Amino acid sequence: MSDAVLIAENLSAGYGKRVIQRDLNFRIARGEVFVIMGGSGCGKSTLLRHLIGLQAPLAGRMLFNGEDFWAQPEARRAALQQEFGVLYQNGALWGSMTLRENICLPLETYRPNLDRAELDELAALKLALVGLGGCDELYPAELSGGMRKRAALARALALDPQVLFFDEPSAGLDPISSMALDELILQLRDSLGSSIVLVTHELPSIFAVADTCLFLDGQAGTQLALGPPDELLAHGPEAVRRFLGRSPHPAKEAP
Amino acid sequence: MAAAELRWQQDPQGRTQLCVSGHWTLATRKPDLHTVFAAFAGQDAELPVRVTVAAWDSSLLALLRRLQCLAAERQLQLRWLELPEGVERLLQMGSTHPIQPAGSGQRRGGPLTRLGLVVMSTLASLATAATFLGEICLALLNLLRGRARLRAGDFWLALQQCGPGALPIVALIATLVGLILAFVGAAQLEAFGAQLYIANMVAIGMTREMGALMTAVIMAGRTGAAYAAELGSMQANEEIDALKTFGFPPLEFLVLPRLLALLVAMPLLCAFADALGILGGFVIGAGLFDISATQYLNQSLEMLSLTDFLLGIFKSLVFAVLIGLIGCHYGLACGRNAQAVGQATTRAVVSIIVALVVSDALITLICTQLGI
Repeated sequence: MSDAVLIAENLSAGYGKRVIQRDLNFRIARGEVFVIMGGSGCGKSTLLRHLIGLQAPLAGRMLFNGEDFWAQPEARRAALQQEFGVLYQNGALWGSMTLRENICLPLETYRPNLDRAELDELAALKLALVGLGGCDELYPAELSGGMRKRAALARALALDPQVLFFDEPSAGLDPISSMALDELILQLRDSLGSSIVLVTHELPSIFAVADTCLFLDGQAGTQLALGPPDELLAHGPEAVRRFLGRSPHPAKEAP
Repeated sequence: MAAAELRWQQDPQGRTQLCVSGHWTLATRKPDLHTVFAAFAGQDAELPVRVTVAAWDSSLLALLRRLQCLAAERQLQLRWLELPEGVERLLQMGSTHPIQPAGSGQRRGGPLTRLGLVVMSTLASLATAATFLGEICLALLNLLRGRARLRAGDFWLALQQCGPGALPIVALIATLVGLILAFVGAAQLEAFGAQLYIANMVAIGMTREMGALMTAVIMAGRTGAAYAAELGSMQANEEIDALKTFGFPPLEFLVLPRLLALLVAMPLLCAFADALGILGGFVIGAGLFDISATQYLNQSLEMLSLTDFLLGIFKSLVFAVLIGLIGCHYGLACGRNAQAVGQATTRAVVSIIVALVVSDALITLICTQLGI
């Protein structure tokens, strides 16, 4: 597939010498919503740390636009990382800065050609895109959980990244806010054309947004299935079908 | 890379339209919209805009949003003749009614409002501190009745941290303070041939004042800050809420072990600091000035009185209470984010040091009046 923006080849994820997942192989196409799912402790977040460039994988390659990311010198990796936008589980907004400053900081650092007025305008635009227009001068502590997530998404969009990574975006949100965030993710994908990598185990989110799902098996320590969610639900391995077939309403669970 | 272009153009019907072309990305230098817009001389109520860019990102969106504002100011209706795919949708997303956080409307007022807010917040802090003191008294009462819910292990751990753990730094500082006292005194006393009185000055200075005060200052930075940061982090991680949910009073469970550990450790550390301070003075007196070791020790022992020593120990107990209470109070009153933990720690250390100096001055004043 020539339009793959991110490719994992025999990737082993883990910490130190401890391998949590091995031989991971997948491709993320431009404009695709790619969901990484699996049970708790199966290595989803560890894999995400490798993909966003925080920690080198234990083995294998990760190709970003054809470049072997982890084989590059640190300076090049830092340049490539500007194409990644990350929404952390708790938002991870810098508490001592206003929302405008949170968004402007990466822009000031990596786009020094922009003047103050342009920076402020861009910050206002990003906030407006996530539905927080006019909140530029508020501090993260003044926002609700859902709004913090949106603000963190605005910061993730600061440098117009090619790939957006979301770590459990629905965690701590009510179903309505969670659904609104899913819609926002799809709108951004459709309008900006960014690829989206989502770590989640929220079934409504998976079926609402995913083009492709990667299912990690914690016990086997490798990927169990890869494909569109509906296909995995119909023809995937039993563990995956059980995972995807859970009913959110226990009374309606299949006997 | 091709530049970003913004220019006026006439269509075949002779109407003016704004053309946006070239590369509109964050990395390119862009023409000033205000300058270009100022040259607009059209009379129509409608402004056609043609956007045919080779590459774009959010800078194009920022331009178009600014254009919408300028057009609205001049009461012009924008008509998009051509737009890259996705741009119109993003513009719509950016113009939807924003969510406003609850209470964000009531923001900064005039100087009088701000003064009022400061006074209100000071009064609220005083009320919180008074409540905290009252609750601590009740917790101590429960402890005396044997009903307090705390774990012995927590007390021993806190004692280990604020007792033996602090010995090296207390030893170093106390020795150096004794040394400095001896030096400063010797410079004056030598002029009168009274170097022997260095021993008096160091012995009295350390036992009455410096032993307790310097130990307390060290413990303020070491233990007071640690208490504020520890409890502040627990507050931020909702650990304190979890304790309350299970019915454990945080004051008994968290504050009492720390306070008791300080009450046990501080007098011992103070006595230790007294001894090492006198040793520091001895090194200078006997080593650099014309005083024999026996003379110095005899003079020191003659001057040391139980009253001075006990006064120092009493001060160290008062300081222990201040360090424990203020450190824990700021920790428990901390907000729920990383920044708040830092602020709580800073405030705790500053408040403890102010409280130490003020209380020391008061005790000294009272003792002087009472002739102790």
